[in-house]
Amino acid sequence: MQPFKPVLLEAVGVPDGNTLASYKSRGGYAPLEQTLAGRQSADVVEMVKSSGLRGRGGAGFSTGLKWTFLPKDHPGPIYLCVNADESEPGTFNNRILMEDDPHQVIEGIILSSFATRASTAYIYLRYEYPTAWHRLQAAIDEAYAAGYLGKNIRGSGFSLDIYLHRGAAAYICGEETGLIESLEGKRAWPRIKPPFPAIEGLFRKPTVVNNIETMACVAQIARRGVDWFKSIGVPADPNNPRDPGSYGPKLYCLSGHVEKPGCYEAPLGITARELIDHFGGGVWRGRRAKAVIPGGISMGLMTESELDTPLDFAGPGRVGCLGLGTAAVVVIDDQTSIVDFLHNSCRFFAHESCGQCTPCREGTSWSLRMLERIKAGKGRLKDLDLLAEIGNTMGMMPGSTICGLADGAAWPIKNAIKKFRGEFEDHIKRTNPSGWMVTDPVPALQIVGAH
Amino acid sequence: MPVVIVDGQEIEIGADERLNCIEAARRAGAEIPHYCWHPGLSVVASCRMCLIETGQRDAASGKITMVPKLVPGCQTPVKDGTVIVTKSDLVTSSRARVEEALLIDHPIDCPICDKAGECLLQDYHFQHGQAERRADLHPFTSRKRDVGPTVTLFVDRCIMCTRCVRFTREVAGTAELMVTSRGAKEEIDVFPGFPLDNKLSGNVVDVCPVGALGDKDFLYQQRVWFLKREANVCGGCSAGCSIYTEHNQDTVYRLKPRENPQVNAWWICDEGRYGWHHLHDPARLVEAGRRRPAERGRPTEYEPVEWADLVVRLRDDLTRAGRLAVAVSPMLTVEEAWMLCAVARSIDPQAYLAVGHLPTTDSDETFPGGFTIRAEKCPNRRGVEAVVALFDPAVHGWSDLLAHVGGGNADAAWITAGYPTSGRGPWIDTETAATFANLSCLVVQDMFDTPLSQLASWRLPAAGFAERAGTWVNVAHRAQAFEQAIRPPAGVWPEGRLFWNMLGRRGLYDPSAVRRQLAESASLAALAGEIPAHGVDLRIHQLA
Repeated sequence: MQPFKPVLLEAVGVPDGNTLASYKSRGGYAPLEQTLAGRQSADVVEMVKSSGLRGRGGAGFSTGLKWTFLPKDHPGPIYLCVNADESEPGTFNNRILMEDDPHQVIEGIILSSFATRASTAYIYLRYEYPTAWHRLQAAIDEAYAAGYLGKNIRGSGFSLDIYLHRGAAAYICGEETGLIESLEGKRAWPRIKPPFPAIEGLFRKPTVVNNIETMACVAQIARRGVDWFKSIGVPADPNNPRDPGSYGPKLYCLSGHVEKPGCYEAPLGITARELIDHFGGGVWRGRRAKAVIPGGISMGLMTESELDTPLDFAGPGRVGCLGLGTAAVVVIDDQTSIVDFLHNSCRFFAHESCGQCTPCREGTSWSLRMLERIKAGKGRLKDLDLLAEIGNTMGMMPGSTICGLADGAAWPIKNAIKKFRGEFEDHIKRTNPSGWMVTDPVPALQIVGAH
Repeated sequence: MPVVIVDGQEIEIGADERLNCIEAARRAGAEIPHYCWHPGLSVVASCRMCLIETGQRDAASGKITMVPKLVPGCQTPVKDGTVIVTKSDLVTSSRARVEEALLIDHPIDCPICDKAGECLLQDYHFQHGQAERRADLHPFTSRKRDVGPTVTLFVDRCIMCTRCVRFTREVAGTAELMVTSRGAKEEIDVFPGFPLDNKLSGNVVDVCPVGALGDKDFLYQQRVWFLKREANVCGGCSAGCSIYTEHNQDTVYRLKPRENPQVNAWWICDEGRYGWHHLHDPARLVEAGRRRPAERGRPTEYEPVEWADLVVRLRDDLTRAGRLAVAVSPMLTVEEAWMLCAVARSIDPQAYLAVGHLPTTDSDETFPGGFTIRAEKCPNRRGVEAVVALFDPAVHGWSDLLAHVGGGNADAAWITAGYPTSGRGPWIDTETAATFANLSCLVVQDMFDTPLSQLASWRLPAAGFAERAGTWVNVAHRAQAFEQAIRPPAGVWPEGRLFWNMLGRRGLYDPSAVRRQLAESASLAALAGEIPAHGVDLRIHQLA
């Protein structure tokens, strides 16, 4: 493993690293001033596009390309929404960035707004992040005072206001159109697409929705250059024309049963095993990993034998996971029941399903009820088939839902059943020796509410 | 013309038509099941019942490329070359799964549910569902929630299509209904202290595809399969909304809107919807009577008269009296109005004809969705005016008639009324009625007793809106013809039947025969021939 000097996490551990003075001492805001003084917004778009930066929020869509979907010569307003509703279980990289280096994020937002010709940016912040809220607001105030925000920034003619909006703790608000609805003051029910937000988003105006980490990357690309960014990560697969490559540094959130959980910066493409052993100090208490979540629980599960999969945008998909997601790696040791894991996962998604589309609303709660029953020793082998069917038919990919929440709920189910079916069968037969073979409907259990 | 391919069948659609897959498939005779989509509301594509396979046929090569996943038919517009597949295994299994999912928490209490028989959940489950239940068996729950003065919500029956929520937001503009909680715990509710109380509230029951929203007025009154429906027109105001009168054994149980893009789209107001109870009001006049000579100290009494006698005696009485003044009620149909004028002029060739009293409120009320409740609370002012104009180009109104009679220019008056005033005050006050006190003959034809009918020498009952047949012309000059839905109470002849007989016509009263005759005059030429279900604009032929 090559030594790697953190860039995005440069300020972590620096005393008062979250202040404007500290950020400027590290070279911050200089690229912004140069950009505003001498470059066109199209140049910034081109820079980000050529850097190969892919969105860090989960889907991994090319950031520069997304910006070009905005209508040309639109009279405005165009909005930039920054998604800081980081609620994927296991994920905390945005939190570190907002708490420890908020100015890096703000510089990225200003540059991105300049590129997209947005004059208003909204940061949609997760409710559960009070420190990030205070520090971001303080940083925004500092940036206004220093003239990096407001009207006619640095005499460039470019104006930008940033509003920090605090959500009310709902997972679905992290879905980009759910976020937009919520910002508009409505129930965060994801919108049907088309129209996509780039054409008709916030307040029915063209809108770009980007992740906090993406913003930080934009700031770093502006400071260190496209070549620096492209020197890190995994180049595009020449045999796959649809693979744009995975460039740049990435914040991996390592948690679960490891010795040293935390947020670590590494080049895209590091394998899960390297991450666990090199950064995490190995699986805790000398145990072995049973399964690893590659990027938040909605991405599914990798088994121990799949740990050498590179954690880039294409890697987890090759072993049947949904994707890299938020790169939140959660380690599950060999003494943990996968039944318990799946129950917990189903409980989360049943609780967080917004309830708009029938397959997700009913599928997530049905799967939770089956897992409740299996855990209570009343499981049947037939339940595994039903769970697999729910997992295979729920989501945007089969076309049965509006947004990707259902795919995220389906992937742990189908991965767990496919990769750990033996363990489920053992559990069911052991705990329900007289009823595991029943195929007729059985009475439901009273569910104790999630919370 | 753009061509759409539905299950292999090519159909043409209009070049400017914007159809979704559900509408396009319907043209080809393929029904795509759907819950949340309603043509009058925004598209949310959330029930996922209308999932279908689609593709695009390349115009040049004829090669069809299919979308590799299911798409909602409601959200997918069709264009030239769109391929719609509604019967594949993938589509069928997806529908079965949606049906299964919707029934996981549904109480399946059809035997005690008012919607049974006209419930989409029932129909679709029968067509697309699977016979076997795979989900766990839940204890029966049936929670009721009072959401407003007109509507009860059966919480557990709801399938969360949100049609009702969208209706209150987009059409009524009052937004009382909302969705609370999340996921499978989601429910429709109102904010505390803000009940569903608007003038269009009853429509949420119509848009509800299942038995979740119950109309309190209809709840537990009748099984829907006993109801017969007659295409009718609401008489509540001059908007003339197209409705269905749903009835059984000459009793009306409810009114439902009848889709008419030219008039009311899919909606009717609550005033119209619940405005049929006067038909069955025990206070209705149901007997034709001749006033007995007054005796001191005794209340006014009417001696019952057989209708067959009345046809002769009424004419004699009026002929004897002399100068006649007639109020042609805007509640009458065009045909009845014409026959009344004809009868009057046959009795007194100089008879004074005027449009009857026009009940009105302050002003029209238009809702954000475009629906308008008219201030003029009678259905046929335009039609009656057109008819009266055929006899007297200076169309007189009610106040003209009052002045005419009050000035001593008439010896007899024939006042048709028939205003549905049950529960409200009489349409005429004692002072105004006194104008007619000194006539030698006063005929009053009305549904309820009023100060005027108490002065009448002939007191005749009138029919209600569902009891008559004919044509009404609404505020936008649209003539809509309708048939009689129920028979009037025993002893009541609808006005048309009386006038028909007084004109000496043979056989049963036939509105279409009168209409044919009316269509010969230029102003009513549009009434010629069969009148389509959506009505016909009276001005069309005049402009042409």
